[in-house]
Amino acid sequence: MITKRIFSLFAVLVAVVYFALPVLAGDGVALLNVSYDPTRELYADFNKSFADYWQKKTGQKVEIRLSHGGSGKQARAVIDGLEADVVTLALAHDIDEIQGRGLINPEWQKRLPHNSSPYTSTIIFLVRKGNPKQIKDWDDLVKTGIAVITPNPKTSGGARWNYLAAWAHALGLPGGNEESAREFVKKLYRNVPVLDSGARGSTTTFVLRGIGDVLLSWENEAFLAVRELGPEKVEIVYPPESILAEPPVSVVDRVVEKHGTRALAEAYLQYLYSEEGQKIAAKNYYRPTDETIAASMTTFPEIKLFKLDEVFGSWQAAQKTHFADGGVFDQIYGK
Amino acid sequence: METVAPPAISARELTRRNTLSEPAMVRWLLTGVALLFLGLFLFLPLLAVFGQALEKGFSAYLAAIKEPDSLAAIRLTLLVAAISVPLNLIFGVAAGWAVTKFRFPGKNLLVTLIDLPFSVSPVVSGLIYVLVFGLQGWLGPWLYNHNIKIIFAVPGIILATIFVTFPFVARELIALMQAQGSDEEEAAMVLGANGFQIFWRVTFPNIRWGIIYGVILCNARAMGEFGAVSVVSGHIRGLTNTIPLHVEILYNEYNFAAAFAVASLLALLALVTLAVKSIVEWKMRSPRPAGRSAQCASS
Repeated sequence: MITKRIFSLFAVLVAVVYFALPVLAGDGVALLNVSYDPTRELYADFNKSFADYWQKKTGQKVEIRLSHGGSGKQARAVIDGLEADVVTLALAHDIDEIQGRGLINPEWQKRLPHNSSPYTSTIIFLVRKGNPKQIKDWDDLVKTGIAVITPNPKTSGGARWNYLAAWAHALGLPGGNEESAREFVKKLYRNVPVLDSGARGSTTTFVLRGIGDVLLSWENEAFLAVRELGPEKVEIVYPPESILAEPPVSVVDRVVEKHGTRALAEAYLQYLYSEEGQKIAAKNYYRPTDETIAASMTTFPEIKLFKLDEVFGSWQAAQKTHFADGGVFDQIYGK
Repeated sequence: METVAPPAISARELTRRNTLSEPAMVRWLLTGVALLFLGLFLFLPLLAVFGQALEKGFSAYLAAIKEPDSLAAIRLTLLVAAISVPLNLIFGVAAGWAVTKFRFPGKNLLVTLIDLPFSVSPVVSGLIYVLVFGLQGWLGPWLYNHNIKIIFAVPGIILATIFVTFPFVARELIALMQAQGSDEEEAAMVLGANGFQIFWRVTFPNIRWGIIYGVILCNARAMGEFGAVSVVSGHIRGLTNTIPLHVEILYNEYNFAAAFAVASLLALLALVTLAVKSIVEWKMRSPRPAGRSAQCASS
């Protein structure tokens, strides 16, 4: 009797494994795009469009897989062996980190137009409906009694852009210098009650959990939050100036050579620059780099945008001064 | 005789209860607090999960579960459980047998090591595998060159799950077998049974409810594990996301109804686990000789 039972148990097991097995098998060509948090909707749209385009062009069926998370965390996973054919991250430094481990060729940023950033974005404010605290400019963020929501710059790409935008604003104030900028950013982070690990986490904290008066957010993320969660809850505020965020993309050379997917991966990234790709980016609230398409868009108001290179020199320099262990962020936060 | 005994006992019980027990007020208060706590922290969230899951109607609920990425997550979770639970069952029985029936040096160390996954944070258990099998880890470069994927693929998820779930069966069996002692096995040996016969005819019938108990707990944890799996998964949609990871993804995509629909599967699993667990506990408590000797005779 026991033997019988064991047999039936075994049969169930075989059935389960059989049902589950297709997980391991894959058909057609596959491409893995490892991306940062707020691009989920963008790449869900874009992948469909690219798969159609590729099938029409080559007759080949392509399956594109996505992985999302904080930009820094995702770069770390690729370094640890997550076999991404392409990375589409929040900032150049995270791709530099992967390059530093020999997975990407050194000249990666020159391979595609616009410093390999097919779309750009900026950092804006999301406030409660009616803007009850009257938050209009960066200076309002350091006032006492204002709770600011922003993610942790150690793990989140968006958070680093937020931080650098605030720093650049403070530098540009009359009489602004390193010392006053440092004081400004220190005051700002004293107003932050929660540091989430990624941009999406912060949006959820602000909108769903109702914490804070203002969320420093990617422009695209803010638009999406308003669309998904309701204009009756939150509204967008454009500060007079902010930073030009350039999220870059790259093929991961060592992986595409191993998978034999270089042509496909390069076409995938090229397609981001095509008219269709640019339109999809714009539809998902990213600023297209193609000037004619950008000009036809009315979604995005003109604001003054600092370029990172002009204020901080380069991402390497900014990373080293501000976000490395013992850097300025460590010095001002937690003291 | 049997008809006379029960009333006598219950009368005695009654007097004892009056003298030994707390006043009615205190009893009610304690029960009330316990129930309130249960209601707030267990039933309310459970209701909320199903409420949110069915918010947009039953057809939306089904659609969310039948969506390809959700199906892939369910498949992967079943696969992981189907591999890790039997392995831990074998390990658990072997460990229980070794620890309770034999004396050997290092036995206490073995028992302590079995408990290790309970005391280590799941995130650390995941990171161990990244450090060993990751591209920057000890074996990583060799694996990469031989095109063997461990972490950020299904094998890594299975390894991490085995690690966090391996104490369940072993611990359950060690406690049970220690309580039972090895008298019956010794008797069987004296009567000339060989090792396999002793295990199959004597030990196994004694511990089978313990095995089932361990297996369902092990299975529940294997399917619900988040931390360790999150570290080694790589979060590739439709490929390396288990049910708990997929719930997180859906939630982060503002897709709340779908997130709760998939989460409700885990909640259902918890309810089934609870039900089976109660049945097994009841079976284990029921008088031993009746059930056992009958089983022995029939097998």
